[in-house]
Order: sequence, then C-alpha cells, then structure tokens
Amino acid sequence: MPRPFTPKAITANALLEGDVIYLDHKGQWVRDLRQARAFTEAEVAEAALAEAAKDGMVVGAYLTDVKLGEHGPEPTHFREEFRRTGPSNYFHGKQEAEAHV
Amino acid sequence: MYKYNDFDEAFVRARVAQFSAQVARRIDGSLTEEEFRPLRLMNGLYLQLHAYMLRVAIPYGTLNSGQMDQLAHIAETYDRGYGHFTTRQNIQYNWPKLPDVPAILSDLADVEMHAIQTSGNTIRNVTADHFAGAAADEVADPRPVAELVRQWSTDHPEFQFLPRKFKIAVSGAKADRAVIKAHDIGLYLREQNGKIGAQIIVGGGLGRTPMVGKVLKDFVSLADLLPYLEATVSVWNTLGRRDNKYKARIKITVHEHGIEDIRARVEARFAQVKPLFGGIDMAMLEEIQAAFAPPAFREAATEAYDRAYEADPVFRAWADTNLSDHRAPGYAIATVSIKTPGQTPGDASADQMRVLAQLARDYGHDELRISHEQNVILPHVHKSDLPAIHAALKDAGLATANIGLVSDIIACPGMDYCALATARSIPVAQGIATRFEELKLEQDIGPLRIKISGCINACGHHHVGHIGILGLDRAGVENYQITLGGDGTEDMVIGERTGPGFAYDEIIPAIERILATYLELREAPEETFLEAYRRLGMAPFKAALYPEKEKAHAA
Repeated sequence: MPRPFTPKAITANALLEGDVIYLDHKGQWVRDLRQARAFTEAEVAEAALAEAAKDGMVVGAYLTDVKLGEHGPEPTHFREEFRRTGPSNYFHGKQEAEAHV
Repeated sequence: MYKYNDFDEAFVRARVAQFSAQVARRIDGSLTEEEFRPLRLMNGLYLQLHAYMLRVAIPYGTLNSGQMDQLAHIAETYDRGYGHFTTRQNIQYNWPKLPDVPAILSDLADVEMHAIQTSGNTIRNVTADHFAGAAADEVADPRPVAELVRQWSTDHPEFQFLPRKFKIAVSGAKADRAVIKAHDIGLYLREQNGKIGAQIIVGGGLGRTPMVGKVLKDFVSLADLLPYLEATVSVWNTLGRRDNKYKARIKITVHEHGIEDIRARVEARFAQVKPLFGGIDMAMLEEIQAAFAPPAFREAATEAYDRAYEADPVFRAWADTNLSDHRAPGYAIATVSIKTPGQTPGDASADQMRVLAQLARDYGHDELRISHEQNVILPHVHKSDLPAIHAALKDAGLATANIGLVSDIIACPGMDYCALATARSIPVAQGIATRFEELKLEQDIGPLRIKISGCINACGHHHVGHIGILGLDRAGVENYQITLGGDGTEDMVIGERTGPGFAYDEIIPAIERILATYLELREAPEETFLEAYRRLGMAPFKAALYPEKEKAHAA
C-alpha cells in the first residue's frame, strides 16, 4: 500500500546566488521556509514541482517534507534544518541574513 | 617551482574564456542546467547545500607566496574571507556566486592556478608528499613526476569520460605521508641500481568499499612511467563498470578481475602505447626537473634557535611537535597547524594566508605546501629564523603546537556544507579538540590521528584514522560510527568498526572513553595509541564504549 501523502514544500537553489529557495503561494521563489506553500495533495504537489522545475533560474527543485508550525512550514529532517539555517561553524548563510532584517 | 610555459598559460586562459561564455549562456537561458552541470564540474564548480563551492587545485600541494596572496584576495573579494584546505591538497571556497566565478578563474590564471579537473570523471589533482623536496628521508622529489602527470592528464582526450574519478598520488620518501595506498594509482619513487623509478600501487581507495592498494609492478623506470600509467588507466577505461557507479572505481575492477589479469592486460597495452611516446615525455620531465632544483640553502649558525628552545617553553613545545627533519643542515620543515582547537579544521582566513605568504617570502625560499592533513607547511626554513617565524605565527593565531596529536583532526566539510553528507563533521572535530584542550591531556596521549567523514565517501579518510569517525543518517538522526586501528602510512590498515554508532551528543564522550582506556592500559607513555590497540585488540575499547552490553553478557 502506498504511504499516505505528508505535507511537502518545493525547494531548490537559486541559479545565480546558489542559496536555498522555496516556492510560495503565489508561485514566487522566496528565501524563508516559513513563507513557503505547504502542499497537502500529492497530485497538486507533483504538478507544481513539474512547473517549478521549468524555471531556468533555479537548480535542482524537489519536494521536501514539512510539518505545519505556528509560523508556517518547518523542516522534518535535520538536512533541511541546516539548509534553512546555514552552517554550524560560522554565522553565515540564512541565519546571518535573517539577523540583518 | 614549476613555471607555466606559453602552452600552459594559453591553455588555462582559453579555458577561462570558454567557461566565461558557458556561464553567460547558462544565465541567459541558452544552456539548461543539465547541459551546464558537466561543464561547471569540469571547472571545479559544485552546487552545495547553501551555495556554490569552487574547488581550486593546488597541484601536489605546492604553492608560492604570490599564489597564496591571490588565494587570500579571492577569499576576500568573492567569498567570505576564508578558504578551506582539503584532504586532496585543494582549496575550496564555500560562498562564490555564479556570475563571479569567471573572474575568480581569471584571477587564478594570473598566478598560474586553475580549477580544471578538480571534479568529474577525470584524473583529478595529483597529490604528493607535502614534505617533497625537503624531507630528510627522501629518495627523490615527487613533484617533477607529479607535474608531468598533471600535464599529461590535463584534458587528456582519452580520459575525459572515465568510468569514475581517478586519483593519483606520488611519494618519493621512505615514510608515506601521502596515503599512497588509498589511491587509484599510487607511486612510490625508488632507486634501483642507481636509477630512479617507481613502484606502482593500484586499486587502493576509501569510500564505500575501502581497499588497500596492491603492487601492480615493483619497479618501472622513469622512461617507462608515463606510458605505463597511460596503459593502466586505459585498461580500466575499457573494463571499468560504467553500469554501476558504486562498482566503477579501479579498486573494484582490480578486485573483480584479479591483480594478475590486470597486470597482464596493462603489459599488453603498454607494449602498444610505449612506442607512441617517442621520448617526448622524458624531454618534458627533464625540463620540469630543472624547475624543481632545490633552493640555495644557506649555511649559518643555529644558536638563535638553540637559545629560544632553551629559554621559551612555548616555543619549545611548538618546535617539538611542529618541526620535522630537513635534508639540508641547519634547516627544518615547519608545519603550521590550521587546527586551533575550536576552529574549523583546514580553514584559513585571508589574513592568515597573507601572513603565511609573507613568512614564505621572508624566511622560506618562497615556498609553501598544503598537506592532506589540512595544514600548511613552510618546507625550507633555516633554524635561526624559527623564533621569528613562531612569533609571527603567534600573532596570527597560527602557532598551535598540536601536529600529529588529538586536536590535529582531519574533517571533511560534512553536512555544514556538502550536499552529499549524511551528518556533520566539523562540530564533532571542534568538540573533540576543545574537550581535550580542557582536559590538558593532549601531550600525555601523544601521537594520534583522528579522522572524521560526514558520509560514506570518506573524504575525511576515517578508515585510516587511528580513531575514525563516520557520520551517518540513521532514521533521520545524526549517528556516528567509530573505527579503530586504521593506519594511512606505507603499512596501510583499514580500521575496524567498534559496534553500533553514537548520537551527536554521545560521540565526544565516547572518544573520551576510548582514550581513557588507552591511558589506563598502555604499558608505558612511549606506547602510542596505535601500538596499544594492536597489542590489546578491540575488546577493552569495546567494553569501555558499550558498558551495558558487557553487563548483559556477564549476567
């Protein structure tokens, strides 16, 4: 039996900067997972991914598991936690960008 | 050192121009990512977790002060002010932006450097003993051979689409400091009847299926060396398993066909290719050898060194751990630790790179080396200059006296950067180094090689660590397996797994238990961890690591 579909976000890396991006509700790429669209239906998610992957300005789009938190989608796996935060040895990447907001 | 000739210069410039156009075509949409990816990989450009990563070759780990200054300039101009020295004698920049990469490659070309074949299924950057040309135990300088291999393998038309990547390493000394037996081909330069040649080791490797390299041929003269290498790579290029990327490396080919069969095929192929070389390789080698003539070593008194050694305990501790024997009287090889406890192994800031470049200019015959252990070496320093060098290193935060000790840890970038990683490596290395600094046990424990990889691919050489740590993803949680007894020298041994892995917050206490057991059970302070492990075997360390299991067993 296929496993039940769990919520997913669409993520990729930006072509020019190389940083992590997520697809939001308007079909725009954003840099904060909390603003990403959480897909709850497999077919809708697959169709949106197929469309997103056509964007020449992004690289390696894929579906990633998320759970729905108070402020929006949150990662379920530590790899995605690092992707949305940055490395642990320096205050670089997304954590730094966020601190500057 | 080797200087680019007109051909090298034109080749590297042409490649920069090609790649600049390819980047432009990718950005304007003429190239898809699928089309662009192999092109960027050929030029060392990866896309990692948070950003692009550019891997720049430091051929056989040798560079001059101008090149080091340029690496600092690139770190500051296009990156985050630092670079990461790797276990393959490369430097990696973790934060370049795609539109800047052509300019970086152009800046590299200005100092005779490039990122060509630092990725992809090609012959990669050739590595060598980092004490090359300086070590007291050296039979022949491995760098001329390594440079010849670099020239031969760069853009070699037959070897651009190999079954998998291919790594060659060269050592010319008695002690193996270049992990020769863990390479696809390893060369030990030897002297036989007054002539230099190489023992050819084939089929070594770490990764998913670690294997110790086997002797393919005991002695190949320099005149036959390049055709023999070409024959070997050619045999594998034909036989290699392109159907399965996990079985594509030459170690599997050798394993599946047997060394005898491979040897026979190589000999047959060698007979075909040898006449095609026509001696051009030897003419080139002679030219290259001239470029590696030793510097003009000076003869001077070493009292300044002796005085500092007597008077300054901090200098003495550094000299005792970080200096190695040089072949010239009055000289030493100084290893600069890029492993200050708490810092990222192998990361040097732009300022630190400039200090190292200046020291090479002022005191080091303008030479620097990068070791696979992720440290920087001043290969030729006169002992009388060492107190001044040490003082300058102290000011730059580079005077850590820990070479070959607990905190001199090899660690791959792991999941803090790498897209392939299954767990983090860097914080584990930082944690171990910081913990043992607190315990003040480093000197007491003595020689120890801890090596950490954040995935099965083993960039952190964990299989050949006296203590190896492998980070895995176990059901969505970081988990660390330990191996003991690995050895990366000429007597290479693959470490043995202790048992089940440890969680992220358990791994440092686990290492502490292993070393407490060693301190308790060693016969004398002179018995190193590796020697004690070989004498005692796994049992006492296992008992210390898994006490509950032991209890269950006893009950």
